[in-house]
Amino acid sequence: MRSKVLIVDDEPNILISLEFLMSQAGYETRSAETGEQALAELDAFQPDLILLDVMLPGIDGFEICQRVRQAPAWSHIKIVMLTAKGRDVEVAKGLALGANAYITKPFSTRALVSEVQQQLAEAQNAGAVETQGGDRP
Amino acid sequence: MNRRFLKGQRLIAVFAIGALLFSYPILSLFNRPQLLFGMPILYVYLFVTWAALIALYAFIVERRR
Amino acid sequence: MLQGGVVFLIILLYMGMLFALAHYGDKRAEQGRSIIRNPMVYALSMGVYCTAWTFYGSVGRAATSGVGFLPIYLGPTLMAGLWWFVLRKFIRISKMYRITSIADLAASRYGKSQLLGGFVALIAIAGIVPYISLQLDAVATTFNLIWNFPNIGQQTSIGQIFTVEDTAFYVAIVLAVFAILFGARHLDLTEHHEGLVAAIAFESVIKLLAFLAVGVFVTFVMYDGFGDLFSQAAAVPSLQRLFTFTPGEGPGGDVYGDWAWLTFLSMMAILFLPRQFQVAVVENTQERHLNRAIWLFPLYLLAINIFVLPIAIGGLLHFPDGAVNADAFVLTLPMAAGQEPLTILAFIGGFSAAISMVIMATVALSAMASNDLVLPLLIHFRLVRLNRGGDLSGLLLTIRRIAIVVIVLLSYFYFRLTGENNSLVSIGLISFAAVAQFAPTVLGGLYWRGGTRLGAFAGLTAGVATWGYTLLLPSMASNMWLPGTLVTQGPFGVEWLKPHALFGFIGYDPVPHAMFWSMTFNVGAYVMVSLFSKQTILERNQARLFVDVFTQPLGGEGQSLWRSNASTPALMDLLHRILGEKRTNEAMKTFALRQGVPWPMGDEAPPVVIEHAEMLLAGAIGAASAHVAVASVVQEATLSLDELMRMFDETTQVIAYSRDLEERSQQLERQSRRLEAAYTELQAANERLKELDALKDEFVSTVTHELRTPLTSIRAFSEILHDNPDLDTERRQKFLAIIMRESERLTRLINQVLDLAKMESGEMEWRRTPVDLADLIRDSAQSMGRLSAERQIELTLDLPARAPLILVDRDRIQQVVLNLLSNAAKFCDPDHGEVIVSLRVQPEWITVAVSDNGPGVPEEAQTIIFEKFRQLGNASRRRPQGTGLGLPISREIISHFGGQLTVQNNADAGATFMFTLPLDGAA
Repeated sequence: MRSKVLIVDDEPNILISLEFLMSQAGYETRSAETGEQALAELDAFQPDLILLDVMLPGIDGFEICQRVRQAPAWSHIKIVMLTAKGRDVEVAKGLALGANAYITKPFSTRALVSEVQQQLAEAQNAGAVETQGGDRP
Repeated sequence: MNRRFLKGQRLIAVFAIGALLFSYPILSLFNRPQLLFGMPILYVYLFVTWAALIALYAFIVERRR
Repeated sequence: MLQGGVVFLIILLYMGMLFALAHYGDKRAEQGRSIIRNPMVYALSMGVYCTAWTFYGSVGRAATSGVGFLPIYLGPTLMAGLWWFVLRKFIRISKMYRITSIADLAASRYGKSQLLGGFVALIAIAGIVPYISLQLDAVATTFNLIWNFPNIGQQTSIGQIFTVEDTAFYVAIVLAVFAILFGARHLDLTEHHEGLVAAIAFESVIKLLAFLAVGVFVTFVMYDGFGDLFSQAAAVPSLQRLFTFTPGEGPGGDVYGDWAWLTFLSMMAILFLPRQFQVAVVENTQERHLNRAIWLFPLYLLAINIFVLPIAIGGLLHFPDGAVNADAFVLTLPMAAGQEPLTILAFIGGFSAAISMVIMATVALSAMASNDLVLPLLIHFRLVRLNRGGDLSGLLLTIRRIAIVVIVLLSYFYFRLTGENNSLVSIGLISFAAVAQFAPTVLGGLYWRGGTRLGAFAGLTAGVATWGYTLLLPSMASNMWLPGTLVTQGPFGVEWLKPHALFGFIGYDPVPHAMFWSMTFNVGAYVMVSLFSKQTILERNQARLFVDVFTQPLGGEGQSLWRSNASTPALMDLLHRILGEKRTNEAMKTFALRQGVPWPMGDEAPPVVIEHAEMLLAGAIGAASAHVAVASVVQEATLSLDELMRMFDETTQVIAYSRDLEERSQQLERQSRRLEAAYTELQAANERLKELDALKDEFVSTVTHELRTPLTSIRAFSEILHDNPDLDTERRQKFLAIIMRESERLTRLINQVLDLAKMESGEMEWRRTPVDLADLIRDSAQSMGRLSAERQIELTLDLPARAPLILVDRDRIQQVVLNLLSNAAKFCDPDHGEVIVSLRVQPEWITVAVSDNGPGVPEEAQTIIFEKFRQLGNASRRRPQGTGLGLPISREIISHFGGQLTVQNNADAGATFMFTLPLDGAA
């Protein structure tokens, strides 16, 4: 089954480029332009990974990240944060909030795609271990 | 280059020229008792230089772009 | 023929004329039709530099040392080239912070120190009183000469005339009255004395004409032109000597060194003489008048000096036996030729030179004396309570008037005491040297942030002590009280302490000698002590404001160190008592409206208002006293060092904490399910991070973000196109179009950021041309036509056929109009868009309004939208287009041209953006 990637960014052009890259890499994609839309898509689309921009109108990327990590149902979702504000404290904050990777804009498309591939591969391994190991606390 | 800034720099340059012309050793070159146009040569030198400085100032600040 | 009575009558007539002129100048100022708002009058008023010393003394000095009189005028000529940097800074600072004297400037720069202000005032008064006395001396002596017309030789000593007949005394009294009437009639917020300046400028014309008349008469009537005069002189060895540099009275005889020091001395004098500061800085009405003065004032000096040497030589040829004092040649030559009208004219010229100096110097010194000496003392000894009691403005005026009378009388008694032993020039130079001591403190303070109050005290003390010992003391020793051996043999016979040859240095004349040592000690002490002492917070703040004055916004409020509020009634009461109720209310109301503070104010006055109140008071009672006065009604003191240190510590902790956080986050990642526990901690960290954000420069971070966003698209699509050479044409075209659009956006953004940075640092180039705003709006509307037609917006223009021309930068104003139009188009009703542009011409303003029928701007957002990168979304579009810099730039542009850009909501629907531009820049 194809992995599902949810792309969240409020810049339409960046969104177009990310959609192109993700579908070229063979993933199923959906897009959201605001925090509210993103939360709705999380429910509806059940993605394996989110490409999440930090600066969003309304609910921002940090908060979405937090909510995803708080909800047990979404705990397996990988989060790759994207931001144009590349300050150290923000990277630290994103990672502390449970993001799996942090990429600053402007990004290299190859690096981005390979990061996403790596994260999804890890998720699949973990998933395999999880199904074998049975119940987890 | 910023016009205001340039104006200030030009004025400073004229100041520097003036300071040079009104000091040793340039002054000593004109320190002679002879007359030029019926006037003491030092006196002529000082006033002509003075007038020239003023003309330069006026040219710099009153020039329309 | 020329009896004393006639001369007296002429003096009276002349004084009457001055009174009338000054009165007329004040009247016109009250009606708002100033006669001194004119670069010519400004430059002429600077002619107050030329006193009786110039008028009579230059000839005297030329008669003994040839061109030796010239450095006093070449110095200011050279300095004029630096005015654009230095004097303009003085003017800008004084206007922004209502500085009214040098003492005030020094006090304000060094942490609003009353002590420093008082010290500077004291030095100025001690240094200038002998100089004023010199002018009284000149008036009395020349009156005496002319009284004996046409007999030249018989001078009676003034000391022998009874006081009743003593002209100097009467002149002193009349001048004091004049100074009080036109220099201290009311406490002014701007401290402008228009009538006074008009009179001074007029006197500059009179003395120049008089001197030129005498010069022309001596050169061309008594002799046969320059050639004749100089060739006659060349035949006499003692006169030919004057054609070249001749060694002065000093033993060393380094004429060029003397010359250089005198030039430097007069460069400092033109900046720091209190009367020059008064006319050039305090009375300056517009900064750009400086342009004209930069060349006109040196030209004035040149004109008044052309005939100095000819008159001196003419006098020496005419009175070969030395019976007539060369200081009086200007008067005695016409007298000797029996020229009555010319004699009178010369006398009036010298008289006007003397009295203009006396009046201006007295007014300037009295402001210092009252604001920086008397008032602080009264406050200190609790004789005046600023925070309670009745009206103080009367008291302040009385102090100032008494100060005028005291200074004039002091000068008079100094004159009676010293007699006429001193030549005109030497006393003047001693005064010059006194005020030159301000140079390190003031110039250092304006260009070097590190100068401290202690440094200023040390420099001034060292400089003034050296000045007193090497110049003042010897001048007294040659007069009276002190033994003459002090100068000739040194105190107690100690050779190396001789005042004119300190440490055995004998290369220079006394004045250059004193300048060398006093400047050495002054600068040395100022710099060294500054480097080893600390500044208070207030001092550091003032240093920053003063040194970087050109990068502060004009009308620079908002730099307040006041942290707390004050009770409005107490603050207003303070202002009422000092400035009067009517003017206080007018000034505060204007300010409140401009700042968006509600009027009348609530019970608590916010920090910006307190700051402004302090500035208003500074104009009337000096910066230092104003600070003390305002502090008395503000409950909490200024931001303390402790508080600042605490804020600093906190910041450091937050930074350390965020590093800590980074490490911990890796553990967190491993135990991602146990985030709950760290969650509360994180929230606290969030709060701190927000604070950190605010402390860092938010602007830089935002610019970075805004630049990276288009860059991201450009890079991503470039790489996609590069990695996928076989992409279909349609998508290829689409991606290329995005790259182009985003590149444009990036360019636009960079340009705007640069524009804004240039404007804020004052480095923008503005090209002023006469512009018809109505025309400009029609143009702009046309270029917007396509866009509005596309969106079906109805654009209505409500314009007069033509508007008065104003001098602005056409392109920049068009940028503003286009920005407002495109904003209106963006935000108006999406279905039935209506935009109305109107232009109204008012007596002083042109108002342009652009209104739309969109949702309007929420009350709370009305100031935010003028901040950088703050945009409002609208319902149909989540993220507005544009860079978020349009309105801030527009506001910068409009305020550069003296106008205001504001927004308000319409009664029915939509918002109106309105800007005004003043008509006084009319072409």
